Amino acid sequence: MDWLWDVLRALVGTIIIFSAVAFIAVMFGVLLERKISAWMQSRLGPKHVGPQGLLQTVADTIKLLQKENIVPNRADRLIFASAVVVVPLAALLDYVVIPFGVTRSGPLIFRDLNIGVLYFAATSSLVVIGILMAGWGSNNKYALLGGLRSAAQMVTYEIPIGLALVTVALMAGSLSTVTIVNGQARLWYIVAQPVAFLIFLIAAIAEVNRVPFDLVEAESELVAGYFSEYSGMRFALFQLGEYGEMFAMAAMAVTLFLGGWRGPVLPPVLWFVIKLYALIFVFMWVRWTYPRFRIDQMLNFSWKILIPVSVLNLVVTAFFVVVAHR
Amino acid sequence: MLLDWGYVAIFALVGAGMVTLPLLIIWLISPRSDYPQKFETYESGVPTIGQAWSQFHVRYYLFSLVFVVFDVEIIYLYPWAVVARSLGTLAFWEMLVFLVILVLGLAYAWRRGALEWT
Repeated sequence: MDWLWDVLRALVGTIIIFSAVAFIAVMFGVLLERKISAWMQSRLGPKHVGPQGLLQTVADTIKLLQKENIVPNRADRLIFASAVVVVPLAALLDYVVIPFGVTRSGPLIFRDLNIGVLYFAATSSLVVIGILMAGWGSNNKYALLGGLRSAAQMVTYEIPIGLALVTVALMAGSLSTVTIVNGQARLWYIVAQPVAFLIFLIAAIAEVNRVPFDLVEAESELVAGYFSEYSGMRFALFQLGEYGEMFAMAAMAVTLFLGGWRGPVLPPVLWFVIKLYALIFVFMWVRWTYPRFRIDQMLNFSWKILIPVSVLNLVVTAFFVVVAHR
Repeated sequence: MLLDWGYVAIFALVGAGMVTLPLLIIWLISPRSDYPQKFETYESGVPTIGQAWSQFHVRYYLFSLVFVVFDVEIIYLYPWAVVARSLGTLAFWEMLVFLVILVLGLAYAWRRGALEWT
């Protein structure tokens, strides 16, 4: 009966993580984005639904649930429909290895995989498959352009992100996220690895397709990019995927560089949430500060600046960790 | 006891179910109306010209070739990063040789113009 208990625990964990991401991260995240953008542009933002507009996204979701579900005549129906499942699922798979906090019985994590960092690198790049499917399946020129741009973007920014992850793994001597957080008991890795942190942050913004790297869904040139043809709840599911991915990237940055749940006085989970939202705020701040890159500038920036710098950073780190530290 | 990947499999399966659930709900409750223009592909409000599935110049295919090389490199770096400390100085020099060869490759691609948007 032992395994049955494990299966039950896994089930409950999955449901908790999915609902938490959907309700706390995504719904609240969208509201936060609107409020922060309003604040940065001296507007008020949503204000009428609920106290101070707090229930705006709930109302929006209910509205989207009632919308008609339109599939264009010429779309590839199977690919068009399944892309909607792939994007949010790929984004949410990242959360398996993120330690949210610690309790007396151990760290609060869905599963502490011994190759956690590699797993994260793999699942975080899965989203692009869903985006390509949506772009191709829609049979819409804007969507296809968006999907192909997304592929170029993933191909380019996957490498700096991978190198930053390897650098942290080298510091901790492990790929398990819990071990990495425990390795930061004395000093957060952001202090030892500011360059890797910056590279991770820039590449993370690019991987989640946010301004200044939002060429995949550049409103002024591609309508809505890969989800131009999606309506109603399917559109909402893409939003879930996108914000879920953004929160996963921020959570991973917190885990790898900002000491995860570690902090004085306050409970660990609260520390994790504070750091997470601080990073989310940085993401939004960047979004409302910088203009969009051109696609060739964006690719060049990664290949000619980020990759050489991150290789150099890895070599220097390896020298200090392996040779000089002995 | 479940294997680690059993947990991941449960997560993926249950997750797929939970993502499909709203789709099921809209299939049940969303309104339907037949109005032929609605099912046209969107193209800035004008009648759609041709298919999107046509020949298309993918300008960054050289990038993707370089990417394959670098991605495989990173896969090799992961196990190295875990054991580097215990292997000692030799691990550092060996990986340095590996990295230098790859960076030379990148420099060559850069020099030959593979990283230009042409």
